[in-house]
Amino acid sequence: MSIAADYLGMPLSIDELDAENLAYFRHCAAHDFHLQQCGACQLVRYPPTTACPWCMSPQSTWVPVDGKGAVHSYTEVHHAIQPAFKAHTPYLVLMVDLDTQKGKPSEHDALRVVGNLATPDGKLAPPELVKTVGIGTRVRMVFSDVAPGLSLPQWTIDETAQQPAKPWRYPQE
Amino acid sequence: MPLPADTDATTPKHLRDKYAIVGVGETTYTRGAGKTTRALGTWAVRNAIEDAGLKPSDIDGMLSYQMGDSTPGPFIAGDLGIRLNFYTDIFGGGSSTEALIGIAIGVIEAGMCKTVVVFRAMNGYSQVRIGGTGARSAAPVTGDMLHSRAYGWQSAGQMFSFTFLRHMYEYGTTPEQVANVRVAHSHHASNNPKALHKKRVTVEDVVNSRIICKPLHLLDCCVETDNATAIIVTRAERARDGRHHPVLIRSVAGRVCKPRGDMHYQTGPITRVAGHYARDILWPNAGVGPQDIDVTGSYDAFTFTTMLQLEDYGFCEKGEGGRYVSDGTIRLGGRRPNNTSGGHLCEGYTHGMSMVIENVRQLRHDVDDSCPLGADGRRRHTYDYSEGGCRQVKGCELSANLGWATPGTGSALVMRRG
Repeated sequence: MSIAADYLGMPLSIDELDAENLAYFRHCAAHDFHLQQCGACQLVRYPPTTACPWCMSPQSTWVPVDGKGAVHSYTEVHHAIQPAFKAHTPYLVLMVDLDTQKGKPSEHDALRVVGNLATPDGKLAPPELVKTVGIGTRVRMVFSDVAPGLSLPQWTIDETAQQPAKPWRYPQE
Repeated sequence: MPLPADTDATTPKHLRDKYAIVGVGETTYTRGAGKTTRALGTWAVRNAIEDAGLKPSDIDGMLSYQMGDSTPGPFIAGDLGIRLNFYTDIFGGGSSTEALIGIAIGVIEAGMCKTVVVFRAMNGYSQVRIGGTGARSAAPVTGDMLHSRAYGWQSAGQMFSFTFLRHMYEYGTTPEQVANVRVAHSHHASNNPKALHKKRVTVEDVVNSRIICKPLHLLDCCVETDNATAIIVTRAERARDGRHHPVLIRSVAGRVCKPRGDMHYQTGPITRVAGHYARDILWPNAGVGPQDIDVTGSYDAFTFTTMLQLEDYGFCEKGEGGRYVSDGTIRLGGRRPNNTSGGHLCEGYTHGMSMVIENVRQLRHDVDDSCPLGADGRRRHTYDYSEGGCRQVKGCELSANLGWATPGTGSALVMRRG
């Protein structure tokens, strides 16, 4: 069944034919991050796809994946393009290398999962928190609940992890 | 007929120099054209046909690209009295120019038509804004966009910045180094009467302009523009009868992709752009290398895109792009000027077309600057590159265009003076 909901005043929807995204976000709605694992080569992939990008197999199962990793790159948006985000600038879009499967199948590859910097309860992070995060910051996954069957995975600073002394930030504040 | 000795089954080397660009044309570059894309497209295509010295009946192929923001080819053709034997309107943006020139060669080679006009018509400022504000940002978020737009990760600048920022992190590239792309292009634009932004800027102007999304300042970004542009491709032997010195196509790479076209960041290093792959098609087929090139047209949607492509096509070592774009090489008067029209940053945003048009004029030794016209109607170039002066590259024989769609997709074109 399709899902349609509103998030920050922005219409989000998943079509009833979109089996992969329905499954992905259903797990997220349970605050339980899952990704597809290939039934043939066993590699895990992100975001959802309709076949294995490495071996073409159509067989996959949804497996739980630890939502922990480090910021690989980011952008800090000061001029929002979408009306939904104008009230939340500056906001961070993070590209996070999961610890799971990092460096596989080849050295520079990783499951790079996109999300905003959020507070532990899944709300977009305020400016004072945005300033503390950069490349190398250890983060853990939290969820922004949108509707039954649809929550967005987000990232928050991992309070329990050992953080780099100074994460790399763009030189101009 | 025997093929040249260097021909093999896997490359189109035997097409080297067999096709030419014989006509180029554009509308004015404005923010508020007050015309439909149909009217703009008709205007640009007519200019290109007149530039080539052809008649509408000489054109029998038409290719265009659009992102739901243009008028299909048959309307433009119809308005101009062109009867088509082939046309296709494809979906896509930056890097389509070079790809469509390659397709034009292919369909002529296949005997489907004889002369193809490639056009792009867009009200990128006054209708569907290319920066993504307005209708695009209000559209419902579904499918693959649930992993991007739902996070406020939508515009080209936002989408590409992971690559840009990681390059700074890995190679120590500085905002000031990259700002030199804007500085160079603004100098070039100051010698281009058509350019939207003719004012010369400094590194300080760029890094002191407001942040859009890190690492991009306002002046690191191109300028949304209303315009149309057109390029005519035909066989080289037809070009010899043309109005201009022939410009021959050496090699084309079209929409070459990094792995994982669905989300290219999944494979690394993410500082690598599609040129890393395209160069292995471009240079062997052209029979020349980056060291032979006199002028480049490296797509400047952003200052960073110019730098990243020059690096991955081999104009400098990987990681040295910051130095390459800031040491004077890419300025008029330097070893290898880039985007001598002012490019997308300053002349106006055309989705790639204007950079090929500019290099065609460079190879004709006939750029439309303010140098005095001779009795034959051609400019007497002074090679004085001071403000308001010349922008012709002296002795220009070989050009390279490096078209950008995303970090994960790019096209390229090598041309030479015939």
